[in-house]
Amino acid sequence: MLNPDLVGRTFTSADSVTVTKEAIQKFAEVIGETNFDIAPPTFAISITLEKSQSLLQESGLDWTRVVHGDQRFEIKRPIVAGDVFQCSSTIESARNMAGNEIVSVRSDLISASEVVVSTWSTLVVRA
Amino acid sequence: MNKIEIGAELAPKTFNINRKLLLAYANASGDQNPIHQDETFAKSVGLPDVIAHGMLTMALAGKYLSDISGSQSVLEFSAKFIKPVVVPAGKDVSLIVSGKVTDVVEGIAKIELLAMCDEIKVLGMAKGVIKL
Repeated sequence: MLNPDLVGRTFTSADSVTVTKEAIQKFAEVIGETNFDIAPPTFAISITLEKSQSLLQESGLDWTRVVHGDQRFEIKRPIVAGDVFQCSSTIESARNMAGNEIVSVRSDLISASEVVVSTWSTLVVRA
Repeated sequence: MNKIEIGAELAPKTFNINRKLLLAYANASGDQNPIHQDETFAKSVGLPDVIAHGMLTMALAGKYLSDISGSQSVLEFSAKFIKPVVVPAGKDVSLIVSGKVTDVVEGIAKIELLAMCDEIKVLGMAKGVIKL
């Protein structure tokens, strides 16, 4: 059960993440993308998921029971190799439905105080 | 490539998903949840078999969007994960993605995507916004 006091709070990662060409290539190759100069549209999840996972685990969620409900991306400009991001995550809501806990998390990838990509994930924690 | 105008139906593309691809996606994305790799574990939590990462299905649908006018053109992308894509050992599972143009305003197009596996819709409300 998520601590309700955490809803609405924003957590910014202490460490920054540098995007490498290798990371883009590895992700791109899985989906058959041959352009490695620009990250594929869902690449941001490879950064934000890990950050939001550790945040939610620290907040008391059992990650092994988490199922992804939905996902949204807003991409202000494409991610490229060399980008250095801070990841800022906010638990926007948490509610209980039929015994399952439904948590919405927004994560922003921020470079030089500009939001480059925003992601919204709805996670369902199965009872 | 079909012309991008309101109402245009875009040609479907088939992506093959197998266990090897799940492992590659796990390593590329960092999502090492065992339900996507370990059959015994998947069954122990009530799943029929190993299932694909929802985000892998979405990444493949994202490739479909990128193919319309490039990765750099995708401005928004969203989907619900409504049915799991079950991936049995030694099998290629076909994910068929198609699209329909629902709006075009000032060089920005809205695309509705359909992602099907075994004639079951696996993504719901899958939508992209792209710059033409």
